[in-house]
Amino acid sequence: MNNNPFHDPSLAQRHQSARFFKWFTQACIILTLAFLFFFLFDMARKAYPALWQTYVKVEISYTEKSARFTQRAVDKKYRKIVSRAWLRTIPAQLEAQPELMGATVEQWVLADDQVDQYMKGHHHNLKESIIQTVEELKQRDAVELNWNDILLTRGDSKIPENAGILSALVGSILTLFVTMAIAFPLGVMTAVYLEEFAKDNAFTRFVEVNINNLAAIPSILFGLLGLSVFINLFGLPRSSPLVGGLTLALMTLPIIIVSARAALRSVPAAIRQAGYGLGLTRLQVVQGHVLPIASPGIFTGSIIGLAQAMGETAPLIIIGMIAFIPEYPTSITEAATVLPAQIFTWAGMPERAYIEKTAAGIIVILTILFALNAAAIYLRKKYEIKW
Amino acid sequence: MGNRYESLVKTLLILAASISILTTIGVLFSILFQAVEFFQLKSFWYFITGTEWSPGYENSRFGALPIFAGTFMITIIALSVAIPIGVGSAIYMSEYASRARRNIIKPVLEILAGIPTVVYGFFAALTIAPALVQICDFFGVEAAYNSALACGVVMGIMIIPVISSLSDDVLRAVPSAQRNGSLALGMTHSETVRFIIIPSAMPGIISAALLGLSKAIGETMIVVMAAGLRPNLSWNPLEDMTTVTVRIVDSLVGDHAFDSPATLSAFALGLILFVITLLLNMLSLSQIRKFKARYSINTL
Repeated sequence: MNNNPFHDPSLAQRHQSARFFKWFTQACIILTLAFLFFFLFDMARKAYPALWQTYVKVEISYTEKSARFTQRAVDKKYRKIVSRAWLRTIPAQLEAQPELMGATVEQWVLADDQVDQYMKGHHHNLKESIIQTVEELKQRDAVELNWNDILLTRGDSKIPENAGILSALVGSILTLFVTMAIAFPLGVMTAVYLEEFAKDNAFTRFVEVNINNLAAIPSILFGLLGLSVFINLFGLPRSSPLVGGLTLALMTLPIIIVSARAALRSVPAAIRQAGYGLGLTRLQVVQGHVLPIASPGIFTGSIIGLAQAMGETAPLIIIGMIAFIPEYPTSITEAATVLPAQIFTWAGMPERAYIEKTAAGIIVILTILFALNAAAIYLRKKYEIKW
Repeated sequence: MGNRYESLVKTLLILAASISILTTIGVLFSILFQAVEFFQLKSFWYFITGTEWSPGYENSRFGALPIFAGTFMITIIALSVAIPIGVGSAIYMSEYASRARRNIIKPVLEILAGIPTVVYGFFAALTIAPALVQICDFFGVEAAYNSALACGVVMGIMIIPVISSLSDDVLRAVPSAQRNGSLALGMTHSETVRFIIIPSAMPGIISAALLGLSKAIGETMIVVMAAGLRPNLSWNPLEDMTTVTVRIVDSLVGDHAFDSPATLSAFALGLILFVITLLLNMLSLSQIRKFKARYSINTL
């Protein structure tokens, strides 16, 4: 049989178990990646119908009556087919073009969300008679799916076909502006202090422990802080980007501090010593030499912090940023909502049409986050200095 | 002149550094004051051990045990998904993957880590939960649409990158002398990993798991969107359950008066959450410190 004196009968079994172990770790990573792809695919599939919106071609009669009771502008047969949101714009249309008064115009108008869902083959609750009318319109080529430009150009609405993410997007930008205006300088200053100026004393260690703890506190508790300190104690306006931004700033602070410290630490000591050798003060060395060298690293960390703040929802719900906001806010003290909060509100809506809108909103936020992260990686790669 | 400017800047920097202290104190006290107010109205003992949670009525009762149990159940499900897969992925990345493959997988995991939790919540509520109900239906078991299992699994997926990235760092930080010694003695690669590297990295892996646990307990959006509202003391993961974070959101979003016990209960729950996550974080940090001290590593 086997004459090899070194033959170890258990070896085959050991190799077998080695293969099994490797296979297990591979399965883990494949499972994780498979999940990510399934998730992205599922979101894209759910969001795809939101690219299109149904329009119907019907006769609109502009009369005194229809200006007051906008439902009367269309034939009774089509009343359930035309969007209520579109009909509500009739008085404004008449104001803009008074010569329309008395005319009957056949034109493409936004369709009701149920008709839209019917056209996309989704679940709908149209009555048999209305389905027949829609089919009739179809025969006449009076129904079509058009590119949906409502999603990105309008604010929230209780009428699904009229709802867009613009107000939430503006709210997010205002909120993140406040966040970064506070967290970035504070974070960098803290990092500079800890890395360049601080002696290893009790205060410094206490600050470090606090930064560590701050990073571990669940985000929802920052919402409680925002509610009881910023809103109830300081009396700042509820639901405003100001309060939201302040709350998120406190959450983003540890991320910026940690990355800025790492960036400052990677600046070689020789730079500082050369500066001191030339007679510069500590501040001049930091301002003129260490900070500029560390700045790509600091910016990279800040962008990552910004991306995290952008996706944060829980604390903003607590401070009331899930309000219904049809018009976008123009200042940081007005009531506003943010993109993830809009996703949350839409996800809870009973109408089927909101599902595709929610998924589309998710695709938008994921795209923004992806772009931010890509920018951070690019910055890191481009300005990375190997000493 | 220069000196005065310098000391002024230094004072400013110290002030900036104190903000982080102020924030921690702010979080603690803003929760503590309200929580104390709550415990003056309602019994602390019943809060910890009582099983009936009925806010908003005349004789409101606040027994948070079913809420803690729900949190516990969902967290256990999440961790039993996240720990094996997260650690397994980390082992693959640090031990088996080629450099090229690693360079692809690492950013992909970072994408997973960057997905907002509200998105996971939507995914749990609209994709995983209905699928679970259908699967259970097929086997003739009844599952709720807001079951603990569905949101536990999705939460587990959310935590995978947290655990895998820290474990990966720790596994790679194990000194190569350990590995080489083991290989020289004739151990196979997988035996080296299982009997030498993993035990050496254990404090770091425990630290990663504790961090994951703390994330799971504090996670809000997934459970708000996919878990139930009803405090439910049950062992069946297919039933709907609620968690601490869900109750906090629910009692603050409703339109109760700010000083009513129903609203204040959110702060009492928040206090428990704060204390638990703080303890977990300290434990996690002490574990990683142990690992660093054992191999005198200072790069983690």
